[in-house]
Amino acid sequence: MAQVHLRDVVKKYGAIQVVHGIDLEIQDNEFVVLVGPSGCGKSTTLRMIAGLEDISGGEITIGDRVVNDLPPRHRNISMVFQNYALYPHMTVRENLGFSLKIAKRPQDEIDRAVDEAAGILSLAEYLDRKPGELSGGQRQRVAMGRAIVRHPEVFLFDEPLSNLDAKLRTQMRTEIKKLHQKVKSTIVYVTHDQVEAMTLADRIVIMRDGHIEQVGTPLDVFESPANTFVATFIGSPPMNLLRGRITGDTISLTDGPLISLPPQFASNVADGQDVILGFRADNLMPVGHAMPMEGAYAEFKMTVNLSEPLGTETLLFGALAGKEVQAKMLNPRPLQNGEQLQFQLDLTRCHLFDAQTEQSLR
Amino acid sequence: MSRFRPPVWFVLLLPAIIILAAVVLIPLILSFYSSFTPYKLTRPDTLYKWIGTFNYEKAIKSTHFWAAFGRTVLLLTIALNLEMLMGLGLALLVNKVTYGQRALRTIMMFPMMFSPVLVGFQFKFIFNDNVGLVNNALQSLGLTDKAIPWLVDGQLAFIAILTAEMWSATSVFAILILAGLFAVPRDPIEAAKVDGCTPWQSFRHITLPYIMPFIYIALAIRSLDVARAYDIVQIMTNGGPARRTELLWTLIGRTGYIDAKMGYANAMGYISIFLAIFFTVYFFRKLNAARSELGMAG
Repeated sequence: MAQVHLRDVVKKYGAIQVVHGIDLEIQDNEFVVLVGPSGCGKSTTLRMIAGLEDISGGEITIGDRVVNDLPPRHRNISMVFQNYALYPHMTVRENLGFSLKIAKRPQDEIDRAVDEAAGILSLAEYLDRKPGELSGGQRQRVAMGRAIVRHPEVFLFDEPLSNLDAKLRTQMRTEIKKLHQKVKSTIVYVTHDQVEAMTLADRIVIMRDGHIEQVGTPLDVFESPANTFVATFIGSPPMNLLRGRITGDTISLTDGPLISLPPQFASNVADGQDVILGFRADNLMPVGHAMPMEGAYAEFKMTVNLSEPLGTETLLFGALAGKEVQAKMLNPRPLQNGEQLQFQLDLTRCHLFDAQTEQSLR
Repeated sequence: MSRFRPPVWFVLLLPAIIILAAVVLIPLILSFYSSFTPYKLTRPDTLYKWIGTFNYEKAIKSTHFWAAFGRTVLLLTIALNLEMLMGLGLALLVNKVTYGQRALRTIMMFPMMFSPVLVGFQFKFIFNDNVGLVNNALQSLGLTDKAIPWLVDGQLAFIAILTAEMWSATSVFAILILAGLFAVPRDPIEAAKVDGCTPWQSFRHITLPYIMPFIYIALAIRSLDVARAYDIVQIMTNGGPARRTELLWTLIGRTGYIDAKMGYANAMGYISIFLAIFFTVYFFRKLNAARSELGMAG
């Protein structure tokens, strides 16, 4: 039962600052995912919460205790590492029970906790094996089991699935989500995979270069990204971004067509302002090959250079305003490369960013 | 006309076989054979007189031999344990150093660069009862006003030899254990910290199992070294006075080359070999156990 609060947390390695004053409030039982490209400071932040890295400035509290100077063993946390970090000379049972043995709990309590964890993670039949005799997925489960036996206040996950193959990763993702429902606890989870972030998180924290770019629910950050970085990082395929200039009630795309200004931004922009228009592939569809769009939309011709059939839909790559743009088609039909189609852009789902600050003009 | 042509593999192996025979096999057979003769270096014809196991019986019944044997085992046990502990401590300290560690590692290896004979002379001087550093220091500090007979009293001489032995070989342990410490992965240590381990518990439960194989390799190497200890003792005390610091190989060396009783010396040598073999086998077993413990055994 614990909240985790970070106030103006800074991390420096000598003269190099890698985390620049992060503020974050994580609620009790909340599943928060820190996501960002490599080198953005997400793992460092997690390791500072764990106490494996010193804090150069600011304050971290777990529950109502300031933990800045507490060693990891006094923070009542568990951590799951990217490389599992199992103890190779101990059996699965010893690995699971190690923290309780160190805490000098009675043997029957240890046995009960280990059996319970083994039950939750279906590890019962592997208890007497050593980590070297387990597959990657099983090792990952042992690492998670080792974290849950102690019933810690906070779970920390450091890219726990990145060493698994794609199929196992999907499966373990589901298991982690189930685990969170079974073992009510605060979870801080680090990943570079935005799909993991979207599927697991109650709230996502998107980081870049040691700064927090946006905090919000998965839908929040998907539907209303705060800036172009979040817009391209969250969602697959990444959001299309095109430069242009406001002229009256239209956007004149650089070397591209005129598009009417999405009504929701009408009062937020000035005439002559340089902007970046953002829209997702889902909101750009060829006329006649998708459901007809309601409300405000723009129409223009675009040449399709490449198509990727994905089954229920086809991803189209075209060129608009001198940039590659991705669109979608819902009722697939065979397409010739180089075919020119009439496209409809749903203006109500468009995003507009200032060209200088790259912040949303919402 | 068919001539015998040896198979190609045999021809190719022949140079190796000849060299091995010349430097290992023949001396081995010859020395083993001579241990059944009253061979004296000064009387070559004694090599052809067969006396059966007489030399072996004589050695087994000899109190001098068993005293030297016991003293060697004692030196081996004490020296190896102390060197291991001190080497471990040294390695852990050096491992913590971040600035200038390479220089420290080099300095740490200095004792290994000295010939054991020189180490013997150096410590013979250090422990000299009149001009030696130890007695001078003790007297200057007012701890004693007597000249302590370091190299004359049996027990003190043993301690002096032990000190020289440790000075010259602790770094062997330190270097090998340091190599082991470098190979310990960071993740399990961090996991242990999070799991609630104090620094001592992390060391005891995680680091130590990882470096045990390295410790056993060092022990195996050093047990062979100490089991054939000769030079330092030869220089410092020559096994004396009155055999008080006699080790196996100072005894065997003197019997063979000073008394020229090579047959008898070889017989004692062959018995002593078992000591070295025993310790080597013992430590290699421990090594394999420690490795399979870590899932490293092939």
